[in-house]
Order: sequence, then structure tokens, then C-alpha cells
Amino acid sequence: MSFQSAGYQLLPVLPELVLAAGAMALLMLGAYRGGEGTTRLVTTLAICLLVVTGALELMLPAGKLTTFGGSFIVDDFARFLKILALIGSGATLILSTEFLSDPSRRTFEFSILVLLSTLGMMVLISAGDLIMLYLGLELMSLALYVVAASNRDNAKSTEAGLKYFVLGALSSGMLLYGASLVYGFTGTVSFAGIAAAAKTGNIGLVFGLVFLLAGLCFKVSAVPFHMWTPDVYEGAPTPVTAFFASAPKVAALAVFTRVALTAFPGIVSQWQQIIVFVAIASMVLGSFAAIGQKNIKRLMAYSSIGHMGFALVGLASGTVEGAQGVLVYIAIYVAMTLGTFSVILTMKRNGQPMEQISDFAGLSRTNPLLAFFFAMLLFSLAGIPPLAGFFAKWYVFVAAIKAGLFTLAVVGVLASVVGAFYYLSIIKVMYFDEPEGQLDPMRTELRVVLAITGVFTIFFFVYPGLLVSVAAAAAKSLF
Amino acid sequence: MTTWPILSVVTFLPLFGALVIYISRGDDEAARSNSRWIALWTTLVTFAVSLILVWRFDATNPDFQFIEKASWLASGITYHMGVDGISLPFVILTTALMPFCIIASWKSVTMRVREYMMAFLLLETLMIGTFSALDLVLFYLFFEGGLIPMFLIIGVWGGPRRVYASFKFFLYTLLGSVLMLLAIMALYWNAGTTDIPTLMHTAVPRSLQTWAWLAFFASFAVKMPMWPVHTWLPDAHVEAPTAGSVILAAILLKMGGYGFLRFSLPMFPLASHDFAWIIFSLSAIAIIYTSLVALMQEDIKKLIAYSSVAHMGFVTMGIFAGTTQGVAGGVFQMISHGIVSGALFLCVGIVYDRMHTREIAAYGGLVNRMPLYALVFMVFTMANVGLPGTSGFVGEFMTLLGTFKVSIPTATFATLGVILSAGYALWLYRKVVFGTLTKPALASIKDLTFREGLMLFPLVFLTILFGIYPKPVLDMSAASVQQLVNNYNTAVTAVKAAALIQ
Repeated sequence: MSFQSAGYQLLPVLPELVLAAGAMALLMLGAYRGGEGTTRLVTTLAICLLVVTGALELMLPAGKLTTFGGSFIVDDFARFLKILALIGSGATLILSTEFLSDPSRRTFEFSILVLLSTLGMMVLISAGDLIMLYLGLELMSLALYVVAASNRDNAKSTEAGLKYFVLGALSSGMLLYGASLVYGFTGTVSFAGIAAAAKTGNIGLVFGLVFLLAGLCFKVSAVPFHMWTPDVYEGAPTPVTAFFASAPKVAALAVFTRVALTAFPGIVSQWQQIIVFVAIASMVLGSFAAIGQKNIKRLMAYSSIGHMGFALVGLASGTVEGAQGVLVYIAIYVAMTLGTFSVILTMKRNGQPMEQISDFAGLSRTNPLLAFFFAMLLFSLAGIPPLAGFFAKWYVFVAAIKAGLFTLAVVGVLASVVGAFYYLSIIKVMYFDEPEGQLDPMRTELRVVLAITGVFTIFFFVYPGLLVSVAAAAAKSLF
Repeated sequence: MTTWPILSVVTFLPLFGALVIYISRGDDEAARSNSRWIALWTTLVTFAVSLILVWRFDATNPDFQFIEKASWLASGITYHMGVDGISLPFVILTTALMPFCIIASWKSVTMRVREYMMAFLLLETLMIGTFSALDLVLFYLFFEGGLIPMFLIIGVWGGPRRVYASFKFFLYTLLGSVLMLLAIMALYWNAGTTDIPTLMHTAVPRSLQTWAWLAFFASFAVKMPMWPVHTWLPDAHVEAPTAGSVILAAILLKMGGYGFLRFSLPMFPLASHDFAWIIFSLSAIAIIYTSLVALMQEDIKKLIAYSSVAHMGFVTMGIFAGTTQGVAGGVFQMISHGIVSGALFLCVGIVYDRMHTREIAAYGGLVNRMPLYALVFMVFTMANVGLPGTSGFVGEFMTLLGTFKVSIPTATFATLGVILSAGYALWLYRKVVFGTLTKPALASIKDLTFREGLMLFPLVFLTILFGIYPKPVLDMSAASVQQLVNNYNTAVTAVKAAALIQ
């Protein structure tokens, strides 16, 4: 097979092609094999497929590759985030093993949907024009709507799916409207073309930009487009929530960064104010609204809103350092989130999942190691040194300070103190309160995920150089 | 001379001890006893190794010694360790007091002993690291990292209101520190590095000095603590277990003063000079006000906590006087207060272990049953008052002397505070120790055991030794203090001269 046919280079999209074809093949396999063990087989193969895709992505020639007339870009930025998204999706599939082994829920389609959603993310991350962006975004989102409702006999889960779908459709509409305005005022859909045309802040273009950003804010669940997040996080089955909190956030933040920095570098001052506002609102709301939460998944929803705010602080600076900060932040965030959800998934007593924060009472006595790792993850989420979360915040704020965004930085760090309060409340429940009973033993796959993410979080400070330099290279490729 | 990284060894030895405790699993009495012994030996060995630092330290050299440098985060942010005459006394204070803390917890902590000892050893690593870090980010890492074990120590092994106290401690300190973090970032972009020795010789623009000074002030004033942000301290002290209070009073508070000496004065001399009046006012208020508050306390620990705030007022006053006597006195006062307040909390712990109350009213006439205890407690009370012949006097006298040259009103008010401190300390001593032993509960109280004597008498010795012969501490810090004061004065006079010319 030639990758040079019809003037198109197919090599850059090879990983995506493999993933798409593999997902289809698995769908056939699932549909025709049927019977016992199909779900397990499909899930295992899906994880392998993700690994293969990641390996192919890494084996692509170095440097910047483009195809389809520049609408698909593979640069260091895309490689970094695609690997991260693949890790997020793969880990989610690992985390959902137990969820899928439930006899009443033997639906192999779950893994396929995750694969298709991941495909959408990869397209999104590599998008070089507005059409590709929309294509990727919708592929990702449509699969997500379905998995949100995958616990179809549960009213909350269905409600979550429906809510997510309706609001998601609305945001897609806004994004499309914004895209059409941008196209109308610049005459092109490609980011490079828009950048060339948008040297000055034409009012119509700025209108388009605002709508575009609104649509993207919805996907990263930044305030004021965050309303769906707590309900969906709470309603969806926990492995699905873990998925929502990790990989799609990576992709959405990636496209956010790429659009802002490569399509509108000429009008930084226009979009900067929007991002500053969104970041401040997200950090503040994420911190304050989480205080009153009793349900750990709802709390994690507000936590993720806050974290997206922190990540956007890096983007708001509009510099290479800022982009690097975003990349470091999202990488560390994914690790912390996956670790946290592996703990939440462990919280079961007699097979019944527990989601109230008070259920963690005395965990440090009944299960000291689990409590220790969870406490470290929470301290890290709060941004306490020397844990990884501190370095994540360091890089975004250092960029904001360099760009002179002092108000943003001050509000941000103050919000992080408020945020520390609710993370501490969970630690307090685990360490200071009396235990209420034994948990079910922790499953092996959860142990593995927790151990990897926990060790990464705790010992990141020993050798931070690798992630930081890779992120720096990735950030440079945008400029 | 060998080139082994002695400072890193001192810093990370306790962490290694914590790992050893972790590996020795089990929850029976044998495991608990094991972890106590491992912790004690770790702290003793750490202390012994830290004495090599004293041995090899060149007191005539004002610069950093035992330098270790390795690449870490980025080009300008390195793993850089070293001590000079200002930080070495604090390192030794930390390593010297830790064994006492472990001994103090020997009997009183019976629950989750392994975790307790691990938390303390981790805390020791972070404290030593704070004092020996020569990179701002590294410093921040140690400085803030200390919150985690201390939060757990107060919250898990503390008294009835431990949750409130631990949250207050954590959030107060974090709030101050995050602002400092932003200032660190600003300094990073200004100089392209967070290397402390480099930053000390980098001129910082006037406006940045002002903001950065305020941000650092926010952090260190809370840590110190200075009035009016001291309110976390009484709560934390009262609720923390004895050893936690000792560490808090003796070492964690000193991080604030150390920060002022290490960062505020040398890096932002002009801002320090401009804002000295704020420090003077706050210090004078702290000395008078918290002494008055101390007079009204009914809880022994709370009284000592407020007296700590007053004593730290002398330190801040002395440091920002910017004179040799003031700064040297500030360093000395911190070391002295570390020993004395630590010892006082140990004394409180001893009666608390017997009676399980810290109410002053619950005691009285202890001298009848506990003569040795009365003697020891008296020495520390006198040192707290600042009686000549005890270490407390030297520090207070020097800071007052140093401040007198700069601001007579501040020195006057502070001297009034000395009288008040005599008031509350003697009052406490009279209520607890003197009088007739009428309370039935006290009738069978026992005097110091061997273990308790072992931890108090060395401190008695040090208190009196430094009272009549303060030279070892003063000599150790003299050269560095002199250099700091010279640089500070040069910077300030240069600006004044420039202002005159215009």
C-alpha cells in the first residue's frame, strides 16, 4: 500500500488509521463472537490496540508532518498530547475491568466507544483547521454521550447522558457559529490562514473568536460553561467519570491551546482577557463550590473545574512558557486524576460502591497504604510541595508572572489555598476520624494504576527534568 | 578532607530512618518499641553527623560552606545546598532537639507509634533542608513540605480540638506562603535564577523589592508569627502533642526569622529599610499585647504560646534594626528561645502526662512533691523572663541594644514588655509550683523519672551555659552577620546619598 497516493501523505495519520480500523475490527469481533468472555477479550484487545497506536505515533518521523493540505498536523505538541490521551484512555479501560465484568452489564461496545472517542481526540489534537477540529470534537463527544449513559438502567446515569448530550449539542452549535464567523471574516478555515488574515482585531472576527472559545470552554468544563460537569460526573458510572476527567480534558485543552496560539497569535490581547476571566472564574468556583460537597465524585467534578482554570492560567500568558506550563499541568493532572479515581473505585463494602466522603472515615487504620497514597494524591492536587501538583502549578504561574498577569496569579494562588481546604477535609476524614468497617480487597489492576500514579506523584521532584524538557520541546513546536 | 556530601547526609538521614521504620512492619508492642529505638538512634546519629559540620565549619569565612550543587529543575533552578554562620546554628538546633522530642514521646504516644515516628523523622529532614537550601525553589519545597507532617502530627495525635487547630495551622501558613511563591517567580524572571547566593548579589529594582518584600513578609510573618497573624499558634500549640509543640516553638517558628535574615534583608535591603517601621510597630505591639494576653491565660501551653509570640517580637525588631548587635541578637534570641521554649513545653508535657490537664488552676504546690521538677522549671522560667545569667537575657539585651540605636520608642516599648514577661512567667510559676499542695489529685504525683531528667538536664545546662558564655553561638554567626549588616548598610546609604545629590 502506498502512502503517497493522490498527493496525500497518509503516513502522519497512520496511527489514527490503525486505531479506526482496529476499532471496527473489534466491533465485528464482538458482534459475531458473542457469548461468555467476549467483553473481556474485546477490552484486552482494545488496550493492546491503544498501545500499538501509541507506539506507531512515537515511530513517526521526527519533526513537523502535515497532510490533507495542512489540516492534519503532527508535531511535538500533538505527539506529547496524543500519548497522554492514549495513556488516559488505556488507564480508563484498565480501571473499568471490574465495571465491565458485571454480568448485567456485559457490553463490549463500551471499549469500542472509548476507542472511537480516543480516535476523535487524536484527530482533535492534530487538527490544523476548523473542519478537522469539528470532526474530531464531534467524534469524541458523540462517543462520550453514549458512555455517560452506559449504565442504562440507572436513572442518574441516563440523566447524565442526556444532560451532557443536550448541553454538548448547544456548545457544538456555538462553536460552529463561531467557526462560520471566523471563516466569513478571514475567508479560510486553516489555522495558518486565519493567523495570516487576523493580524488586527476585526470586530466580527472577535465575535467569532468568542463563540469558538465558548464552545471549547464547554469541553474543558471551564466556568461559565461548567454546569454539566458535577451532574455528569456524579451520574455516570465511576470508570466513565474517570475517563471524562482524564483523556477528553487532554484533547480539549490541546485544541484550546492550538487554536489560541496558532490561529490567533495576532490578537493575543483580545483572547487573553477572555482566558484570564475564564481561568479566574474556574479557579474560584472550583475552589469554593467544592467545599460543600458530600459526594466524592461531585467533589472531583469541581476539583477538575478548578484544575482546568489553573491550566488555562498558562495559556492566558500566551507565551512558550505558558504553553509548556499547560502541557506539564495536564500531564501531571492526568496522573493525579487517574490515581484518585483508582482509589474511588476501590471504595466498596460488600460489593456496594461508596461515594460519600464520610465513607473514607478511618481509612488510614483499615488500609494504611491506600490511605497514604490517596493522601499524597490529595496533597498533590492541592499543590503542596514537594509533590507533583506543586510543579504543575509552578510552571503555569511562572509563565503568568513573566507575562505580567499579576492579578491572575494572585487570585490563582489564593484560590489554591481555598482548594486546599477541601482536599484537607478528605485527608482529615481518612486520618483523624474513627474507622467504620473494612473495605473489600483492592483489585490488582487498581493497585497497579494507583501504584504507578502514586509513585509518579510522590517522586516527581527527584527527576522532573524529563517531563519538563519534553513539554518544552512540544511547546516550542507551536511557535 | 573528604568530599562526601555531608550536608545532604544530615538532611536525608532522618528520611532514611523513616524508611527503615516503614520496613519494620507489625503493630505489636515489639514493633512499637522498635520504631521508637530506630527513631531515637536516627536522630542521635543525625546529631552526631551534624556535629562534624560544626567541627569543620570555618567561622571566619562569612560565605556559604559545605556547598553541594547538582542540576535539577531547569538551568537556573538547581539542587544547591550549603550553610553559613546564620543557618548552621539552626541546623544544629534542629538536630539537637529532635532526640529530646523522640524521648518526650516515648511513653505518651501509644497510638500509631510507627506513623508518629515516621512523621517526625520526615519533618526533621524537611526542617534541616529548609535551613540548608541555597535555592529558592528548593527552600520553598522544604519549607512548605513541612506542613504535611505537622498537619498530621497535630491532627492525628493532638488534643480535643485538633481538627480545628490543624486546619488553621495548615491554611494560615499556606496562605502566607503562596504569595511568597509568586515573589519567588518574579525574582526568577528578574535574575534568571533562583540561586540564593546569586540573588543576594543581584540588584532588584525598587518596585519589585517592595512587592517581593511584602510577599515574603506575608509568609514569614505568619510563620514567625507576628501580631496580628499569630492566632493560629496558640491553637496549634495547645492541641499538638508535647513533641509537636516543642518542634513548633523551637524550630518551625524560627523559619520565619531565618527567612527574614536570609531573604528579606540581603535581597531587598531598600524595602527592608522602608518597611522597618511596620516591623517595629508590629513587634512592639506583639511584645506588649501578647504579654498582656499571656497574663490572662488559664492554660499553661497557651500562656507559653503567647510568650513565644512576644519573644519573637524581639527577634523581628532586632533583625530589622539592621545593626550588628540587633541581627546577632536576633539569631541568638532565636537559638535561645528554641532551647528555652522547647524545654518549657517539655516541662508542661511532664505534668500533663501525669495529670492529663493543662489548666493552671488544677496545679499548685508541686514543689512539695516534685522538687527536681520545680528546680528545672524555675531555670526555664527565669530564662523565659530574661534573667541575666540565662540565655534569654543575652538575646533580649542584644536586640534591645541594637534597636536602641535605630528607634528609641520601639526599644522603650519592648523594654516594658520585659517587665510584663516577668509578670506572666513568675505568676505561672507561683500558681503551679509554689503554695501548699491542697489538691487531692496532686497528692501522689511523682517527681522526674530518669527518662525525663535525661531530656531536661542537658537543656538546663545549655540554658545556663549560653547565659554566661554565649560566645560559641555568637562566634559561629559573627562573620556572616557582619557581612549581612555591611551589605545592608551599603545598599541603604547608597540610596540615601543618591537622594541627597538630587
